[in-house]
Amino acid sequence: MTAVDTVRHVIDKHGKLKADVANLAEDADLYAAGMTSNASVNVMLAVEDAFDIEFPDELLSKCTFTSIGSICSAVKGLLEAAA
Amino acid sequence: MRMPTTIVSTPDARPLAERVAYVADIAGRYAGEVDAAARFPAEAVDAMRSTGLLGASLPTSLGGEGLTLSELGSIAAKIGAACSSAGMVFAMHHSQVLSMSRHLGGSASLAVLAGRIATEQLLIASATTELGIGGDVRSSSCFVDIEGDKVRLVKNAPVISYGSEADLVFVTARRNADSAPSDQVVVVCDAANLQLEPTGGWDTLGLRGTASMGYRLNALVAADRVIPEPYESISTESMLPVCHVLWASVWLGMARALVDICRQYVRAAARRSIGSVPPGATKLVDLIAELERFEALVDGLARRTDEIFDDREALGTIGYQVSINNLKVTASELVAQVAIAALAITGISGYRNDGQYSVARIFRDAQGAALMVHNDRIIANTARLILVQKG
Repeated sequence: MTAVDTVRHVIDKHGKLKADVANLAEDADLYAAGMTSNASVNVMLAVEDAFDIEFPDELLSKCTFTSIGSICSAVKGLLEAAA
Repeated sequence: MRMPTTIVSTPDARPLAERVAYVADIAGRYAGEVDAAARFPAEAVDAMRSTGLLGASLPTSLGGEGLTLSELGSIAAKIGAACSSAGMVFAMHHSQVLSMSRHLGGSASLAVLAGRIATEQLLIASATTELGIGGDVRSSSCFVDIEGDKVRLVKNAPVISYGSEADLVFVTARRNADSAPSDQVVVVCDAANLQLEPTGGWDTLGLRGTASMGYRLNALVAADRVIPEPYESISTESMLPVCHVLWASVWLGMARALVDICRQYVRAAARRSIGSVPPGATKLVDLIAELERFEALVDGLARRTDEIFDDREALGTIGYQVSINNLKVTASELVAQVAIAALAITGISGYRNDGQYSVARIFRDAQGAALMVHNDRIIANTARLILVQKG
């Protein structure tokens, strides 16, 4: 599974979207698609768990979790920093 | 005893924040080992030396960096968060440095000595308690004995923190053989001119790296090593304000480290049960609120002291003395409470001596804060002060 697939899977499970995640564009706004801030906390925790990373405070903002693409680039940055 | 210190030839040019981060990193790396072996945090203190931090509190006119107490407190907190003992050594050292550098009384030789703290990065210990006095640092039995152009001091000190690692020792004694117990002066002794015969070890519950052993001290030093000003004013205007602010800062750093561990622990628990708020999270809310109160207390007193630091009269007011005494008592209680709460949040993982969520070492260190200069003694002193306070 690629990183994007993992993130899609996490959002499917915890994002509580109204739309089907599989058809969502990478830059589509997740909040507009129905993700509540409560659900975004669960997405954050599940992404941390899936990639064995921890988001630092400066990344814990609404814009980090705004789209599949923004989550993937934050994850990528953290994985590269850890490598 | 340490080898004679070599002059620091290439001062560390990095910005202060980078140097502090470097020292804290080293301190943290050896904190476990220092605690386990109850040994002096030599690596951390060497890092303070190589980064010039031992002279940081001296004014620039004496070769230091002229840092404010708030700035020194923020450094003490960062080092203390990494290694409580290294933080306490930093705090105690600078309490002694400022107690000397702010009270030179026009003495050229003391000014030269103060300058050497910066150029040679000398570490200063203090011998203020004495056997048979009952722990009152404002009372001495030993006295300054004149031998020609030198003075001799013989003191049975139950505690000299990092005494055998220090380059200088700050010793209190009665002014002369006929002086009253409270008529004290300070003699600044070079390690080379004093003998320290160990009388007791330091195997304690916590703060094990401060190496606060007992010694029989015998020094023969030049007469101009006696600070002319009475210790009474040094204690009121420098020693107590600096000690209490910097100690409280170290304890604040320890509390921050504990809260960080709790935060990580609670987040890990949340990842295991996504969708439900783990039980520790609500406790963590209370703990963070307590930490915020702690931050405000220490920050407030550090700023207030900086504002009046050059005003001897303001430092001598009863109102200020009551506040600075209460700072020590309250901050030491807070760090102990934060440690207990951290244990309740982290549970068995925190109780363990190993593992990433262990709070054991800092927990043990935190319980020492109320006992080093016992809170009961400080409260009794404060009670005497408020009897004469006019509101």
